[in-house]
Amino acid sequence: MEFLGDVVAWFLDPENWTGATGIPNRVWEHVQISVMATVAAAAVALPPALWLGHKRRGGFLAVATVNIGRAVPSFAIMALFLPISIRLGLGLGFWPTMLALFALALPPIFTNTYTAVRDVDPALVEAGRGMGMTDGEVLRGIEAPMASPVILAAIRISAVQVVATAPLAALVAWGGLGRYIVDGFAVQDNVRVLAGGILVAGLSVATELLLGAIEKRVVPKGLGRATEELAQPAHG
Amino acid sequence: MSPVLAQADEPFIRWDWIGRNIDNLWEATQEHIVLTVIAVGVGLVLSLALSVVALRWRKTYAPITWVTGVLYTIPSLALFAFLVPITGLTRLTAEIGLVSYTLLILIRNIVAGIDGVPESVLEAARGMGYTERRMFIDIQLPLAMPVIIAGVRIATVTTIGLVTITALIGQGGLGFFILRGLQFFSAIGTTQILAGTVLSVLLAVVADLALLGLEKALTPWTRRRAVV
Repeated sequence: MEFLGDVVAWFLDPENWTGATGIPNRVWEHVQISVMATVAAAAVALPPALWLGHKRRGGFLAVATVNIGRAVPSFAIMALFLPISIRLGLGLGFWPTMLALFALALPPIFTNTYTAVRDVDPALVEAGRGMGMTDGEVLRGIEAPMASPVILAAIRISAVQVVATAPLAALVAWGGLGRYIVDGFAVQDNVRVLAGGILVAGLSVATELLLGAIEKRVVPKGLGRATEELAQPAHG
Repeated sequence: MSPVLAQADEPFIRWDWIGRNIDNLWEATQEHIVLTVIAVGVGLVLSLALSVVALRWRKTYAPITWVTGVLYTIPSLALFAFLVPITGLTRLTAEIGLVSYTLLILIRNIVAGIDGVPESVLEAARGMGYTERRMFIDIQLPLAMPVIIAGVRIATVTTIGLVTITALIGQGGLGFFILRGLQFFSAIGTTQILAGTVLSVLLAVVADLALLGLEKALTPWTRRRAVV
């Protein structure tokens, strides 16, 4: 109980709310890099996934992407990008983290988008073609809207995964909320470790809820949210 | 960029380090396997028990998947942060985390597998005088095996990856080399990271293929897709 009191005291300490090592700045670092990595991954993964799904080609690619994503530990991806980033002259901290999180966010977005577009009811596509729609029109007007619940869910899954893995960035000298946990482990300060754990878990849940709420508003009426099981990434 | 960080003339991999550390790598690989087998084994036993409950009392399925889903959503580093103040930097801490991440995947696949057994088969079994319990063991479980093993494959591959993170709490098998490699800004560091990564991926691939082989051996008939 005394320990939990210390954790509460940690959260109440004004010192932990100001400056570079304060909670607001750590949250900002965490959110900033997570948003950039997820947006970049979506920008890169969506076009080929939409097109291949439309053409109903490249299924092996979708399966392979998810399997490779699962087999390579996220921790290893984070670690591997450190020497690569240094070799490229990009240094420590931001870039190895950014590249690793980007690589982690790609597979779920790619595979789920591909599958969702491919599995759009062929009768709808036929109807569109019968009305004289071109490839691009079918994709934009029928397949993409029909697949949108799954696509948004896939982006949410990736974003949560990125937020959950970003704490490991503390190991490659980036900030973010992982600092409290990793530094806490290093100096055996359990109060800081637990406080960091609460913050990381809280931010992950907040990401899940926020993006879930956006999904509800954005998805066209009549389609509803994606309820089917999506390909999940390996765990952060 | 400081000269310490830039050693472009150095080779990317130091094969001599690998040669000198073969024994350590082998030992870490074995530890990695032990951590994985315990996690998936315990996870499977717990999941079977919870699935039986969920199948027997349908109303419990939603709460069970909700709780295991919440567990699955907690970032691993945060989960270890919660556990370390209680159970310390121990193997127990690592295993609690690893086991809790297998539950959702396994339970979903077990329940989906059992649900996928055709009603006509069950009717035939009842007609032949099978009790519910015998039917579960002799008919439902074997017919659900492809889906269950598909779940075990995903859980195993995921766990092998997650074990590396437990290096942060002093466990970790091959993750030890990945973590330590981060402390050298040189080819020695890169070599360690790569060695840990490659062996971990290799382990995942071998385990996946072995389980696929097991599935084929156990179920010479049809195959179905995994849920997760």
